[in-house]
Amino acid sequence: MSLVSIHEVHKYYGDLHVLKGINLNIEAGEVVSIIGRSGSGKSTLLRCMNGLEKYDDGTIILDGKEVSTDEFQIRRLSESVGMVFQNFNLFPHLTVGQNIMLAPTLIRGMSKPAAKELALDMLGKVGLADKFGQYPEKLSGGQQQRVAIARSLAMQPKVLLCDEITSALDPELVGEVLKVLEQLASEGMTLILVTHEMNFARDVGDRVVFMHQGKVWETGPAKDVFAAPQTAELQQFIGAVL
Amino acid sequence: MLLLYTQGLCPCGIARMNYQLNFADLLNYQDVLLSGLWMTIKLTIVSTIGGVLLGIAGAASRRHRNGFLRRAAACYVELIRNTPFIVQLFFIFFGLPAIGIKMSEIEAGVLAMVINLGAYLTEIIRAGIDATPKGQIEAARTLGLSSRQIFFRIVLPPAFARVYSSVVSQCIIVMLGSAVVSQISVPELTYAANFIQSRNFLSFESYLVAAGFYLVLAFVMRLGLNALGSRAFSREEKPA
Repeated sequence: MSLVSIHEVHKYYGDLHVLKGINLNIEAGEVVSIIGRSGSGKSTLLRCMNGLEKYDDGTIILDGKEVSTDEFQIRRLSESVGMVFQNFNLFPHLTVGQNIMLAPTLIRGMSKPAAKELALDMLGKVGLADKFGQYPEKLSGGQQQRVAIARSLAMQPKVLLCDEITSALDPELVGEVLKVLEQLASEGMTLILVTHEMNFARDVGDRVVFMHQGKVWETGPAKDVFAAPQTAELQQFIGAVL
Repeated sequence: MLLLYTQGLCPCGIARMNYQLNFADLLNYQDVLLSGLWMTIKLTIVSTIGGVLLGIAGAASRRHRNGFLRRAAACYVELIRNTPFIVQLFFIFFGLPAIGIKMSEIEAGVLAMVINLGAYLTEIIRAGIDATPKGQIEAARTLGLSSRQIFFRIVLPPAFARVYSSVVSQCIIVMLGSAVVSQISVPELTYAANFIQSRNFLSFESYLVAAGFYLVLAFVMRLGLNALGSRAFSREEKPA
């Protein structure tokens, strides 16, 4: 069974039909890039996958658990799925270390020393072990985003959702974040990214999902999709962004 | 002004300028004065702590999922903000015994102060909570935190830090407002000043000294609470 199976998912914002019957299966270890114009529903789809948005019809099964916005279910899901946001969303009143240790101690019931070791380990992974005692506001955007990734990884999720995680960064800081993602991909982490980084989608991603008008318009292996787009809409989109 | 002069009101004013200050006679009452000061300090400490806790509970209720709690907290805030403190105090001390709720002067005074401060702090802290970026709550949910954990660990601490200076000001207002509880004979600073001037008729000196004490108290309280705040909300690097 797929790690993520999305079946006939519909979502409305009032009268606006934003997801129009999405079907998508994602296997463990895959790196999937969801691309498309703004308003195509890609962020909404991602946010439906971990219960941040409610979908109105269809089913999403993630790691064998049905996704819903019920608080208890979101907590269960948090064991399987992590999320990194465009605006980092680090907790400003906690140090980098405390940001990472919070969920493992509260949710996993980990002891403080064990959580600290884990936090240092995760910070090492993103190259920021020396920032453990620092507050987020003292870090650059790229560093904050790497801490946010480390914070998600500390919960040992099976899949990491990334919602335009480089869009709020200065261009010179994008690289350091993408490098971390690339390393995670090479370690076999399942990544689902909503992204505008087409080079990354093509070079690191396994599969590309092109969304258009609330539908999965075209999907396929990353290299093929970019080399030989099948639909006129994707051709146009690629032409505009590359 | 000229009119006042011609009407002879000025000589009367000038005559008062000859008043001889007499602080020495206040010294006979220094025990009364100091115990009044101490009572004011105790009232302030207890009502500040109680009021802050009530304000947090109130703010949490104002933003709770439960609609009944939300409405109850809103009613509480409006009821207290739109009635005079002295009426609240009299209602608690003189009114409640009619339905069998009796308490001492001090208990009634503290209760009135806590309820009053709690209402104002509910609104102040709620404003701080409303300024929380939505993304932080989403990040916390994604990490698996419960609503309660999110409120106490993610939302409240920065919200409180955000509005801390308003919280301090409100606590000082309530400290100064504690003068009103002299009206139900709580032996605090204003009560002491009243008491002294009724014995020796040195109204000018008694109230001047009381005012001086309040001024110093307010000043020290602001300094102390600000120092406490900058310590608690410091974002200096912490050793790993």
